Order: sequence, then C-alpha cells, then structure tokens
Amino acid sequence: MVMTVDLPALERSEATAAPASRVRLTRYARPALGLVLPLALAVGWEAIVHLGWSNGRLVPPPSKVIATIIDLARTGELSRHILATLSRVAAGFAFGVIAGTLLGAISGYWALARQLLDPTIQALRAIPSIAWVPLFILWLGIFETSKVALIAVGVFFPVYLGVMGAILAVDRKIVEVGRIFRLSGPAMIRRILLPAVLPAYVVALRVGLGLGWMFVVAAEFMGASEGLGYLLIDGQQLGKPAQIVAAIVIFAILGKTTDWLIEVTSAPLLRWQDAFAPQGGGS
Amino acid sequence: MLVLGGVSKTYPNGVHALERFSAEIRLGEIVAIIGGSGCGKSTLLRAIAGLDPATSGAVTLDDIAITAPHEKIGIIFQEPRLLPWLSVADNIGFGLSDLPAAERRARVVRALDRVGLADKARAWPRELSGGQAQRVAIARALVPQPEVLLLDEPFSALDAFTRTDLQDHLLDLWADARPTLVMVTHDVEEAVMLADRVLVMRPRPGRLFADVAVNLARPRDRKSQLFDQVKRRVLTALDRSLDRNLMEAQSNSSAGEAMWW
Ligand SMILES: Nc1ncnc2c1ncn2[C@@H]1O[C@H](COP(=O)(O)OP(=O)(O)OP(=O)(O)O)[C@@H](O)[C@H]1O
Ligand SMILES: [Mg+2]
Repeated sequence: MVMTVDLPALERSEATAAPASRVRLTRYARPALGLVLPLALAVGWEAIVHLGWSNGRLVPPPSKVIATIIDLARTGELSRHILATLSRVAAGFAFGVIAGTLLGAISGYWALARQLLDPTIQALRAIPSIAWVPLFILWLGIFETSKVALIAVGVFFPVYLGVMGAILAVDRKIVEVGRIFRLSGPAMIRRILLPAVLPAYVVALRVGLGLGWMFVVAAEFMGASEGLGYLLIDGQQLGKPAQIVAAIVIFAILGKTTDWLIEVTSAPLLRWQDAFAPQGGGS
Repeated sequence: MLVLGGVSKTYPNGVHALERFSAEIRLGEIVAIIGGSGCGKSTLLRAIAGLDPATSGAVTLDDIAITAPHEKIGIIFQEPRLLPWLSVADNIGFGLSDLPAAERRARVVRALDRVGLADKARAWPRELSGGQAQRVAIARALVPQPEVLLLDEPFSALDAFTRTDLQDHLLDLWADARPTLVMVTHDVEEAVMLADRVLVMRPRPGRLFADVAVNLARPRDRKSQLFDQVKRRVLTALDRSLDRNLMEAQSNSSAGEAMWW
C-alpha cells in the first residue's frame, strides 16, 4: 500500500468516480456544445459574404481572417509578435504574482503588518491602473520595463487580495488540530495553512492572469514595435480589419490556453475539494 | 494521574466560565462530565488540553503543568475536524510525522482496521458519513497513544444507533491501551454506560456539583436494574444542579417578574 503523508493523495482509484462512459461523454460533449454558437456565426457570416449580400470589408469573413493568420505565420511575423506579447505577460505575471503572494501572505499572517500595509494597498488599488501609464513611461522609459511594470500592477492586486483573504478565512478549528499535534510555525504553514489556502490561491492566479492579458494590450498600445497589441494598432492605422480580428482571435486562444494550463496543473492538487457544481454536465 | 487544581477561567470578555474546579483522575479511569449548556464543560476540557490555559489554578499530568498542548494528551472534538485535503489514512497518520515512515504506515493500517475502515484508506473525508468521519477522528487521536484522551461531546451529532455503536467501539479501543478518558456529554445514559465516575457541573460560574461513582462491571447492560439505579442517581444530581440555578435566576429577576403576576 502506498501512502503519501502530508501531501494531498494524488493517485486515486476511479472506483468512486461516476461511470466511465458518462464521464467520457460529458468530457467531450460539453466543449463541443460551447463551439456550436461561434461556429454557426462564422459559417453564417462566411456564407453571407460569399453570396455577395455584404462586401465584408469592415467585418472580414473567417476565410479572410484565417488567410491573414497564415500569411503572418509564413513570414515568421506571427511568432515574433506572439513571443513578444507572451514574454511580456509572463514577466509581468511573474513579478505580480511574487509581490502579491509575499505581501498578501504577510498581511494575512500578521495583524500588525495588515494594519500597516493594507490601507495603503487598498488606496492604491482604487486607482485605475491605466492611470499609471504616463508615470511609468516617465520613470521607466517607453520600452519593456514600463510595459512589464504595468502588467505586474494589474496582476498584483487580485493575487494580493486572494492570498490575504484566503489566509484570514482559514478555519480556526482546523488550525486547532495543528496546535493539538504541536506543529511548529513552519510545519503549521506547510501542513495546514498552505493546503487550506490553495483553492483560493488558484482562483486568484487565474483572475490575475486574466488581468495580465488585459493590461498587455494597454501596455502595447503605448508604443510598441512588436506584439499582438502592435498588430491591433497597425491594423487600425493601415485599415486592415482582418489583421485586427486575427490578433483578437489569437489573444482569445492564448488567454484561454494559459488559463487552462493553470486549471490543469492545479487540478490534481485540488481533487479533495467538495465541489459545489454537479460533476456531470447533465443536471 | 491527571490533577485539576482549582481551575478557573475568565474569558477576556469578562465571562466567568469556570470557578475553582478540582478533581483527581487516575490513569486509565473513564470520567464523564455532564451539566447544563454553557456551564463550562468545553472550557474545562480545553484547559486540560492546553488549548486555552486556565486563568488561575493548574492542570498537571504526572506533576507536569499543562499550559500548552502536550504529546500525552489527545482530544476529539464534537466535529471530526478532518483535514479535507488528506486521505483518510493520511488524516489518521497526521500526528505521527516524527515516526519513521514504515512504523507510521503500520500504525495507520492497524488503526484503520481497528475502527473498521480498512476499505476507506484512500477515501477523501468528504466521502465519509458522519459516523465514519468521527471514527477516523477517534483513530487519529488514539494512534499517537496518548495517556489522556479528552472527548467533547464526540457523538452528539450522530443518530442514536450510530452513537451506541461508537460508544461500544470506543470502549473496545480504550481496552487496548487503557488511556485516561475524560468525556463531556449531554447524555446521561452515555455517561453511565462508559464512565467510572460522572462529574456533574452546575453553571454560572461553572463548578463541580456532584461526583457520582458508577460501580458497574463491564460490559454493562443498559437495561439492567443496577444501570437504571445509577442513571437515576445522576439524573437526580443533574436536576438538583439545574434546580438551584433556577431558584437563583428567579430570585434575581423577581422584581421584573412581579409586574407580570
Ligand atoms: N471564547 C470564548 N470567549 C468568551 N466567552 C466564552 C468563550 N467560550 C465560551 N464562553 C462562555 O463561557 C461559558 C461556558 O462555555 P462552554 O463552551 O465551556 O460551555 P459548555 O458547558 O461546553 O456548553 P455546551 O454544553 O453548550 O457545549 C458560556 O457562558 C460561554 O458563553
Ligand atoms: Mg461545549
């Protein structure tokens, strides 16, 4: 018998799960259902343009968007822009998460630090983050640093709030179990606080990432020579709506994929949760 | 020997919950504490556990003053308080992290077997029934082999059938290593079924009111006449503890009451 003490048990038998066939059905059926509406719209629009009912100049048909993406990909432009945007989001997300986690943990753990720090941070949070842009440009120049800083600011607040709130919400009764077994400070953090906080932390990361994607566009609007945000501006200035829609589609794909990555990597650690949502899609 | 020497507790908000509670409890003895709601039973138990130390007086176990949780003292709460992110087996082994892995595993397997949950080793706490979860909590508290086990109304959230089942189970487990059991309960029958002594408390502030010995051989028969006699004695003591309180309450509020009559 294998036992992992202290860590959420990762491997479990499927015996307790719902019948396999139903699981398989809902696993594929549900995403497919979500694709019906956008596909219908795309096909419908394509048909309308094809039949000449609209010239499709301002709203390009899917075939034209796809052609634009393929064109961009063939010249190597596309990967350059995607890479630029991705690395900005990654750097900003990393800094925002690190700062948010550290300060959130400190504020959650020590009442004194909370009284000292939290009012200031809450006041800063009330400022619309885009308002920082001019200041960041003055301080950090118009190149990468100011862009990463803006993204990091966007990511910071939800992570900070999530971590602090989660620590404050840890059940005193569970902490008492740790006290009864005389856990030291670090052991209490590792064995009680961290696992208790994890579900809320994952949510905070996902919210933070969403804001990171939002802010990268703002950052790239403030003057960039590459990146998906640049493609948007370029498309507007040169009157290429297909390029704008192409960039939007790629934003959607990247945002969804990175969010999905967080969800998938955290799922095995959160399997113990008493999920509120019904497991199957049927009910 | 567990000695409660004039244990008093006043909460920071001024509530005087416990007033000079004294008792001596021998190793291996089973003591039930019974009394009206709010009379300080949980407060007393938490003081013995070292969770909320007394404001004055002392709890000593074999002449060691208990002011913080101690390895020889375990506690089972009214709720199972299992850690939801650990499997049943890992929950039971939670207090054994100092032991080598092999020894820990062996003890957990034995405990699982002992509480009849061998097939649930890998289950999550959320997949257990209330009675099963409380059995896991019992196993978790017993597996470090405490000298004293405190229980705060451990079965009160369970139905009557599960409750008697777990009472038998607890006695069974107790017989293995015979730790001292100090058990808070609302259920007179449960107290008489399990305990060697029943301590009856009276409220505001919580004090020891009566100490009823239960001289019945185990296993005990709930339907026997002797059992009934002891039960009646405890009930009488309990009634009187509450009665006196009622009289006081009436005399205190008689001015307001007079308007009504
Ligand atoms: N943390 C606390 N802070 C302030 N007062 C408290 C606290 N815990 C308990 N009290 C008060 O102390 C008194 C005794 O409470 P305690 O929980 O010990 O009662 P109890 O005998 O266990 O009651 P019950 O049978 O309902 O569980 C009550 O008047 C209660 O309001
Ligand atoms: Mg109580």
